[in-house]
Amino acid sequence: MSLLTTHGLEVFYGDFQALFGVDVAVEEGETVAIIGANGAGKSSFMNALSGLAPTRRDAILLAGEAVGGTPAYDMVKLGIALVPEGRRLFPSLTVEENLLMGSSGRTVERGWTLPVVYDFFPVLRERRRQLAPTLSGGQQQLVAIGRALMANPRILLCDEISLGLSPAMVQTVYQALAAIKARGTTILIVEQDLRAALAAADRIYCFMEGRVSLAGRPAELSRDAIQAAYFGTAR
Amino acid sequence: MSLLNPLIQGVLLGGLYALYAAGLSLIFGVMRLVNLAHGDFIVLAAYLMLACVTALALPAWVALLIAMPFMFALGWALQRLILNRTLKNDLLVPLLVTFGLSIIIQNGLLLAFSADSRRLTVGELEIASWTFGDISIGVVPLITFIVAVLVILGLTFLFYRTRLGRILRATADSTEIVQIMGIDPRHVFAIAMGLSFVVIAVAAFFMGVRANFDPAAGPSRLLYAFEAVVIGGLGSFWGTLIGGTILGVAQTVGAAINPEWQQLAGHVVFLAVILARPRGLLARA
Amino acid sequence: MRYGIAISTWNSRLILIAAGVVVILLAFAPVIAPRSLIQDLILIFVMCAIAQCWNLLAGYAGLISVGQQAFVGLGGYGLFALIILAGVDPLLAVLLAAIIGTLIAIPVGLLMFRLQGAYFAVGTWVVAEVFRLLLAQWKALGGGTGNSLPRTATTEMFGLSTINALFGVRNAVGREIVIYWAALALAAAVVGASYLLLRSRIGLALSAVRDGETAAESVGVDITRTKFAVYVFAAFGASLAGALYFLDSARISPDSAFTVLDWTAYVIFIVVIGGIGTIEGPILGSIIFVVLQSSLSDYGPWYLILLGVLGIAVMLVAPRGLWGTFSDLTGIHLLPTRRRLVPLGETPPTREA
Repeated sequence: MSLLTTHGLEVFYGDFQALFGVDVAVEEGETVAIIGANGAGKSSFMNALSGLAPTRRDAILLAGEAVGGTPAYDMVKLGIALVPEGRRLFPSLTVEENLLMGSSGRTVERGWTLPVVYDFFPVLRERRRQLAPTLSGGQQQLVAIGRALMANPRILLCDEISLGLSPAMVQTVYQALAAIKARGTTILIVEQDLRAALAAADRIYCFMEGRVSLAGRPAELSRDAIQAAYFGTAR
Repeated sequence: MSLLNPLIQGVLLGGLYALYAAGLSLIFGVMRLVNLAHGDFIVLAAYLMLACVTALALPAWVALLIAMPFMFALGWALQRLILNRTLKNDLLVPLLVTFGLSIIIQNGLLLAFSADSRRLTVGELEIASWTFGDISIGVVPLITFIVAVLVILGLTFLFYRTRLGRILRATADSTEIVQIMGIDPRHVFAIAMGLSFVVIAVAAFFMGVRANFDPAAGPSRLLYAFEAVVIGGLGSFWGTLIGGTILGVAQTVGAAINPEWQQLAGHVVFLAVILARPRGLLARA
Repeated sequence: MRYGIAISTWNSRLILIAAGVVVILLAFAPVIAPRSLIQDLILIFVMCAIAQCWNLLAGYAGLISVGQQAFVGLGGYGLFALIILAGVDPLLAVLLAAIIGTLIAIPVGLLMFRLQGAYFAVGTWVVAEVFRLLLAQWKALGGGTGNSLPRTATTEMFGLSTINALFGVRNAVGREIVIYWAALALAAAVVGASYLLLRSRIGLALSAVRDGETAAESVGVDITRTKFAVYVFAAFGASLAGALYFLDSARISPDSAFTVLDWTAYVIFIVVIGGIGTIEGPILGSIIFVVLQSSLSDYGPWYLILLGVLGIAVMLVAPRGLWGTFSDLTGIHLLPTRRRLVPLGETPPTREA
């Protein structure tokens, strides 16, 4: 059984429909990437999974259990943690306080504790007493990832984590993701940076205009097929 | 005439104003809400203690101990049942709803307790004082000031040294992001309002012991609390003590010059501060 | 399809003509109506004017004031000062008092605009308190206990003798008729001015502000200036209404002139119940208010608790108030101020761009 599946997932913002029946499956231990252009519905997908956007209950299954439409503050307790787009750290909290916020929901212990996160990202231990906004963008991204890990998720959602980072920092962040995967955590990323996504993911889904336009393993997909699915240029 | 005595009395009075202000500041800090019924809830709490004292023949300080958890529950329920419904709107709805509450409380108290002014009694302590030359320091005003400092210390500790405080500050930063941390902001707001109401109970106790109160006394307490918050600078607990003290000194010095100028002098100092430093004295420039 | 911008929904000219007819009919009310009704109508007109001003502030400019009593009181005190100390004709004094109130509103507004949101709200309340305390110090006008208008001041009022002759009434009744007409003119003028203001460029700017300040700035509207203009206009309306009210009651004190209950709490109730952000709402609200007031005010505190509960309930359940909810349900706008996109008809295909 897949760890996370969506069945005909639809998301509405008022009268505006962002997703039109999306089917995605993520297996335990996998890294899956969602790619797609701006406005393809990637962030709406993440918002639905994390409980920030309402959906039908049976549209999202976590280990076979229908969890769609669960409020965000309960979704994280079920094991879905989000690294939001733009990092969204708490500006008036220190690095350590930001990390500790991640474990506020009192989730099941799966090996992620403050010392473990610090061992993973030693730079954060050095800066633990600093206010979050005083860190560089890349370091802030590490805090955001660490904060989500502190919730001990069964699946880690990362929304556009390379956005606005230097190429070197993108590499650092993706190395961290690989190490997190190596510890057995399932990862679902949304990524506009095609190269980073294809390198990191076991499988990808491409979204276009609120629908899945392509799915498969990066090695099995031709460049042209991906481009067509991404930009909608050819059939 | 020496200004030293009004100065000292003003500082001590400032302790009371800081108590009024601390609860207001807490709420504004966490949820950007100005509770226009804040002063009326102070008066309500004072009447609650008065009722305990008269009906159950309890000492006033026992009434305070009873009132604190009761007021926490009242604040919590107020937030959960009414104010949480207003927060998704702009500022109009929460302001007007609390303004409506203010009218309801004043008139409810009028029905229950009549318009007579009342007082909480703590026996001989009320008139006890130490005299140094022509300066006399009342025991109750001094205790009020010390309690104000302790309350502010306690709130600072709670906000900056505890898990709850961390959650309160994070919620102030973003109600959306705390949700993906597993926190329901409506619950956090209810706790914040409950805490504010505990501070209200403490403020009400000292208000009732230091001076007479009546059902219409709420709005002026709100204005003092608000002025202390603004003078001290937004979102700082120590700022409320400084703001309260400045307000207290302005009032007693004003009253020393002409007894009718007490309130006026306080308001004028407040207006001067917003003219010179609209973000308050402690605010980072 | 081609589209144009339209404000009107129904035939708005017809509505305006109807409104004019209503005003003219109301002007003839003193001929038949009993004095108690005339007094109620004066109160409706005065409250309607103040409420319309508050509605402009809160419902359109996003400025929530709980200190409009400052200007009502200044209007009243300005009137008393001009009549008692300078012997000005009462009706002229009403106008001059309103001008005084407006002039004071400019520095007060400059100071208050340093505060934002909820802080602006409480700041305006503090200012009203300052004026209350200051005027309580003005011994020539009775200090804290207040003062009454001398009888002679209103018996020589402009136009009074003509009215007495015309209606064959005594001074007291004639005076009431003059004030009634002035109050009717006041309400009509404030409603009319608000209507024109909201349909003008300023109204466009305000609705842009409501949709987002950045949007407004990007179309080249100076938001702060626009809001300030509305603030000063609202002060003018409140001063004028205050002057007229206290001319009618002929007695003033700092507490009655600067009461937050009468001039802000009631006014907020009127706007909230009637429908905030609509021109029709405050008119409807003031009628409801005066009806409630004359039938329930004997119940004292219970009456005020009822107003508070009603106000909160409307805010929570139907925040657009009676008129707003009605017009949302039916699509009827008697005095529309919102611009809507309307089809102008098919574009000839040959002309298509």
